[in-house]
Order: sequence, then C-alpha cells, then structure tokens
Amino acid sequence: MDENKVIICRCEDVTLKEIRDAIREGFTTVEEIKRVTRSGMGPCQGKTCGLLIAKEISQMTGKPMEEIELQSIRPPYGGITFEEVTKGTVMENDK
Amino acid sequence: MKNKANVVIIGGGVVGCSIAYNLAKKGVKDVVLLEKSYLSSGATGRCGAGVRQQWGTKQNCLLASESMHIFEHFEDILQIKRDIELKQKGYLLLAYSDKELEQFKKNIVVQHSLNIPSILLTPKEAKEIVSDLNIEKLVGAAYCAKDGHANPFQVTLGYAEAAQRLGVEINKFTEVKDIITKNNTALGVQTNKGFIECKKVVVAAGGWTQNIVKMAGLDLPIYSERHEILVTESVKNVLDPMLMSFSYNIYCQQEPNGSFIMGYGPENEPPSYNMESSWEFLETMSKKATWLLPPLKNIRVIRQWAGLYNISPDRQPIVSQINQLEGLYVACGFSGHGFMLAPAVGILMADIVTGDQLTYNVILDLERFNRGEIIEEPSVV
Repeated sequence: MDENKVIICRCEDVTLKEIRDAIREGFTTVEEIKRVTRSGMGPCQGKTCGLLIAKEISQMTGKPMEEIELQSIRPPYGGITFEEVTKGTVMENDK
Repeated sequence: MKNKANVVIIGGGVVGCSIAYNLAKKGVKDVVLLEKSYLSSGATGRCGAGVRQQWGTKQNCLLASESMHIFEHFEDILQIKRDIELKQKGYLLLAYSDKELEQFKKNIVVQHSLNIPSILLTPKEAKEIVSDLNIEKLVGAAYCAKDGHANPFQVTLGYAEAAQRLGVEINKFTEVKDIITKNNTALGVQTNKGFIECKKVVVAAGGWTQNIVKMAGLDLPIYSERHEILVTESVKNVLDPMLMSFSYNIYCQQEPNGSFIMGYGPENEPPSYNMESSWEFLETMSKKATWLLPPLKNIRVIRQWAGLYNISPDRQPIVSQINQLEGLYVACGFSGHGFMLAPAVGILMADIVTGDQLTYNVILDLERFNRGEIIEEPSVV
C-alpha cells in the first residue's frame, strides 16, 4: 500500500502519509491533526476521516481507540446556504 | 517535565508561544510553557485569522506594522520551515457615514506617519477592488493592500517549534492548578503533573487569564466575552481583501483555501466563558453577509463556532508586570486582536521580563488605568 496514494480526508485531499507524518511529529489528537493538516475542515466535517485518523493514532501510539476523542461536532450538521438560512430552511426535494 | 524553571509561561496560544520564543532568543534559559490542552486550542485557534495595520492610534499602528514585518519574513526570522499562508490582498474598511469617513482620514494620517501604505477610496473604487460588493449606502472606504490573512495554527506552531529549538520546554495537556506565592513573591506553579519552582510566571491564557491570576490572589480588570464566527465551503477565489465595517459590524474574508470566514461583534453579550454556537448568530450573519456580498447567497455554511475575546477597560492589550506580586507578568485583554499583534507582543514581554528597555515606544502596562492614561482606539469591531 502506497500511503501517498491513500486519501484519508476526501474533502481536503489529505493522504495517509500526511496523517502519519503529523502523528510522528507529536500531534496525537484528532483536533491537533485537523489543525495541522486541514483534515476534517471540509464540508463533511470529519464524518469520514475522523474515525480513520483516530485509528491511525491508536495504532501508532498504542492508545486504545475508546480513549481517543473525536473532533468537536459543530453546527450546522450539514452544509446550508445563506439563502436557506435567511428564507427559512428549504429541503432539497421541495424545490 | 522540569521541576525547576527560570520562567514559566501559562498559555500555549500564539501570544504564549511568541513570548516563549522571544525569551529564549534573548538567551533566557530554562523557560517552560504550560498549556492545558493542545497548542492554539483557545482564542488563537478560533480567531478570524486577519492581520491588519489600519489602526487609529500610533502605538497600535506601530505594533501591527512591526508584527506584519515579522509575518512577512516568518520562516527566515524564526529559522523554521512552516508555511503560515500569509496572504496580503488587503483590508477594505467600509464607511457608511461622513463621520466614519472623517475618522478614516484621520487614521490614515497616523498610519502614513509609520509608512503604512493605506489609501482612501470612493465607493466606485471600492467596487473595482471587490466587484461583488454592494455599495448601496457606502460613503467611502479605506484600503491597505499590505493587510491580509495568516494561518493562526501554523503561526503558533512555528513559534513553538522555534522556541523548542532554542531550549524551551513545552508541555501540552498540562493544567495549572495553583500559583504559589510567599511574601508577595511568586515561588512556583502547581500543575496536574507536578510542581515547578520558578522565579517568574507569565500568564498569557487568553480568556482564562483572570482565573489564573486569581490563583495568586489578584484581580485583573478584564473579562471574557463570547464571539461567534463561521466558515463556508471552499469556492474559487472571488474576494481578495478582508471586508470590514465598524458601523455595519462585520468582518468577512476569503481564506487562501477558498473558504469564506466571517463574524461580527455581538450586542448585549454578557461576560461569560460560554463557547456554544447559536442559531441567532447564523441567521444574523447570513443576512449581513448576503446584503454585503449578494452572490454569497448560494454558498454553503459548513461550520460555526465561538471563542472568547478577553476584554480590557480600553479594549487594548495589557502587557505588563504586576506590581503587587514580584515575578508575575500578564499579556491579556487583547479584545480580539491578539493574533495579529502577537509577534510584537512577544518581543515586548521578553523586554519586560528581562528588564530591558522596551523595543517599542508604547504604553500597555496595567498601571495606565490608575494613571488615567486610557488608550482610545477608534477602529475596533
């Protein structure tokens, strides 16, 4: 497996190599890795990469998965346009 | 963790890390920095990432332009490899009344005395810089092409890395529990990982500074207040400068990665440590943003969060020793401008701690409030 070709964060195009480099540099929490690599800052807010990063941290540091905190979940839960906010939320199917 | 230090710095935000680096650079040995979470986890990592030099007081202009000089040469000065994503595409300050425009004119005179390249613009000229800008009700604008954006995480980590290279010990996830004093002198800091005996304690804990100083039995005239902010999905580059208005109350810029980041100063926000997001903010921000830049209506908000402004009586930083307690120093009260002033503040605090003459001719000591020397800065959000 070429860790340069494995994408962990699809929104921000962050590779497995970048995640592992960050952990080796001493960033051993999901929140820190988010800030160093931008993983989890895209539209899905880490819904995909958060767990994958936690797993990498667990494997590289030996810390059990259940002790690794995931990133903070921030509102809004899904992307919403400014227009939807100002006019009241309109569901995609209603248009 | 060391159990003895020369200087203990409490707070691993951009200000604490800048102080740590500058102390080590001056040759101070055995500097230890303590951070209760990860570096930049407080106000630094929650800020709007803007760096501006367009201020109304001479000392703010001086600190901001000296800081900008350091941002411009960050990798060379700190001797590190870290891209701080500096973007100098300007700040466009919007005036919605003649009074506001008059103030901008006065500010520009001050700025020019320090070679800050700001200019006054007509609404039409403002629209030439930002074609999507709604110029209805706009009277004029001030613009400095050298203002802009930098990445707060990378700047903080850059200072931390450079400080560590010079011998500073940085302890993340280390919480301060007490400051031990005797006969009005600081003796050391108790943490959740042990006691550190030290001669000097520098508190740069952002929104929590007053609580930390209280551990030493002292009250500071500062308080913390929630400010909210949001970021959108990343789109192609359409907005170069930071847009900012004091009267319409907004700041908004597009970051180098394509996301828009924006916020406003809350009204009637009580002092607190509340860092929850609110739907009221999302709604008001959406209205403000789409009025100012109508094409934004189709862009998606992907995340909102909040952080703490640490506010001083004149909304200016307090970078000072504390006369009542030998060996205690604070850098606080940044009132929303800590990130952009941190490079110069680190140099100043290193001067104060080592007893050297101040590198910059500014008054930021705590005693100014007793002397009645309040700094009146007209240009704050």
